Amino acid sequence: MTSPLWGAMARLAGRRLLFAVPVLLVVTFGVFAIAAASPFDPVKAYAGTAALGADEQTLDRLRANLGVDQPFTARWWHWLTSALSGDLGESSVMRQPVAQVIGERLVWSALLCAVAFAAAVLAGTVLGVLAARRPGSPLDRVVTSLAYSLEAAPVFWLALLAIWLFALQMGVLPAGGLTDTASEQVTAGQVVSHLVLPAGVLAVSQLPWFTLYVRQGVGDALAEDPVRGARARGVSERTVLLGHALRSGLLPVLTLIGSRVPELITGALLVESVFSWPGIAAATVEAATAVDFPLLAALTTLATAAVLVGNLLADLLYGLFDPRVKFSDM
Amino acid sequence: MTCDAPASRGTVWRSYGTKGRSTRTLRVRTSVVLVAATVLAVLLVPPLVQLDQQAVDLAAKLLPPSWAHPFGTDDLGRDLLLRCVYGLRVSLLVGAAAAVTATVVGTAVGATAGALGGWVDRGIMRVVDTVSSVPHLLLGIFIVAMFRPGVWPVIVSVALTHWLSTARIVRAEVLSLRSRPYVDAAVSGGASRWRVAVRQLLPAVLPQAALAAVLMVPHAMWHESALSFLGLGLPTHTASLGTLIQSARGSLLAGQWWPTLFPGLFVIVPTLAIAGLAGAWRERINPRRRSELML
Repeated sequence: MTSPLWGAMARLAGRRLLFAVPVLLVVTFGVFAIAAASPFDPVKAYAGTAALGADEQTLDRLRANLGVDQPFTARWWHWLTSALSGDLGESSVMRQPVAQVIGERLVWSALLCAVAFAAAVLAGTVLGVLAARRPGSPLDRVVTSLAYSLEAAPVFWLALLAIWLFALQMGVLPAGGLTDTASEQVTAGQVVSHLVLPAGVLAVSQLPWFTLYVRQGVGDALAEDPVRGARARGVSERTVLLGHALRSGLLPVLTLIGSRVPELITGALLVESVFSWPGIAAATVEAATAVDFPLLAALTTLATAAVLVGNLLADLLYGLFDPRVKFSDM
Repeated sequence: MTCDAPASRGTVWRSYGTKGRSTRTLRVRTSVVLVAATVLAVLLVPPLVQLDQQAVDLAAKLLPPSWAHPFGTDDLGRDLLLRCVYGLRVSLLVGAAAAVTATVVGTAVGATAGALGGWVDRGIMRVVDTVSSVPHLLLGIFIVAMFRPGVWPVIVSVALTHWLSTARIVRAEVLSLRSRPYVDAAVSGGASRWRVAVRQLLPAVLPQAALAAVLMVPHAMWHESALSFLGLGLPTHTASLGTLIQSARGSLLAGQWWPTLFPGLFVIVPTLAIAGLAGAWRERINPRRRSELML
């Protein structure tokens, strides 16, 4: 690893950071603009039924207190400046500061997504290589059809069927939550047993994409000259498959992992809601159901930032693995 | 036909040889039949079988699948097969409306960016990049949360999150068309920008845009069902595939699997059929890109 490469990577990261600032500004601005255009009235939501009988003066005072009498651009700017100092407002549905909600829940979402993604990458590699080994074989056709069917299946539906099978019929795994309802403390054993089903379902929802790309990558590599040369030299089929084809076929797929963040967030939104997993994705759905704007705005911004980081990661890995790519071109 | 010619082992995707051609034909035929069956069911069943969707028969509640009720009945004693067909109709309508809206927006934006070029192009593509940095479902959830309830917020939210890919495809197509001789000929013949755009570029772009629209329908259906499942989309008394799965949660936890299983299959089968059909179509209009995955 030469030092110019690291320098180039740092410059790419810096450039992306500069691009991320306007993106986040525009996204937060858009969030406030959509909220301003919607018929939703924060004062009525805040005061509830009390707003029905209140006179116009009281409502105006309440508006001024909540700061919603100002135009949305002013509110956006106020939100932005206080967000930079760490104050993201109060979540009405969680009855906590938004920053605290995120802090408490982020770790559970990260755990779920990391375990699910690792499982999907492992299983996808195995299935993809098995399918690519003999294109058109019964095994290949089963794996490919299964992948396309799973890709089409709604993940929340898979989650419900998994609950029915593993929690209700077989009774081997808990149906949801982070711990048993009776237990007071969060123990590692409880978390692991409660993690298996949601992580498994999330992994299965990410699996088809990975399997199909590995299948194609390895399949293409098997038809290339280095493999033909290795076979001609009498190298064993196992070494050809794992040493040559898998190595050159898997690398481009691994670099794409970073660009899968949006799909991972989408999957997490649905899986966490079905399994009542206490992560930020489930909190997003709760915030949306209760029209908890401060929480929703913060989580949308956070998800956008995660996507940008994922894209940067994908580009960095791509340049790192493929020496022909110049970072300055990206 | 047992010979597996090694010459045809060019790439993985063409390696099925002569046997492969029949597999592909079979796949396309199955897709055609399934899409036709879906469209016919959705168009014909509701006028033929008049049903009061709210009709409740508690004596027949949660019956397992049988000859009288092939999909069983739900927790209010309603026939699930019929509910699924009605749900598919709503989901397909919402999906198609969203897909058409997204395609029109995407084509207009992409064509404008590609045809005008320069700073307009750069600006538009920056906007496309920015919007696509927000995960689709999250943006959709945000929009329906602010505007719900009802059909229109769902259509708008799905359309607003799906025009980006079409815009990119159409822009790339327009850029590649701009340097073609017949476009050059039109320009040097004195045709106005507008005339070139409408007479030369648009007809050439339409097949790609139409293909994108067809592929988007299952995607939009999926989004509708996800939003409705989360309780943020269509109202629960409207039978859509998402609301059916949502309202089946109670019976599922009581051990009845059929109210959950069948609506999900009604999402998967049309999705696969449309993808199969669109894949064959893509091979026709774009034979060189055959090796691409149909995801």
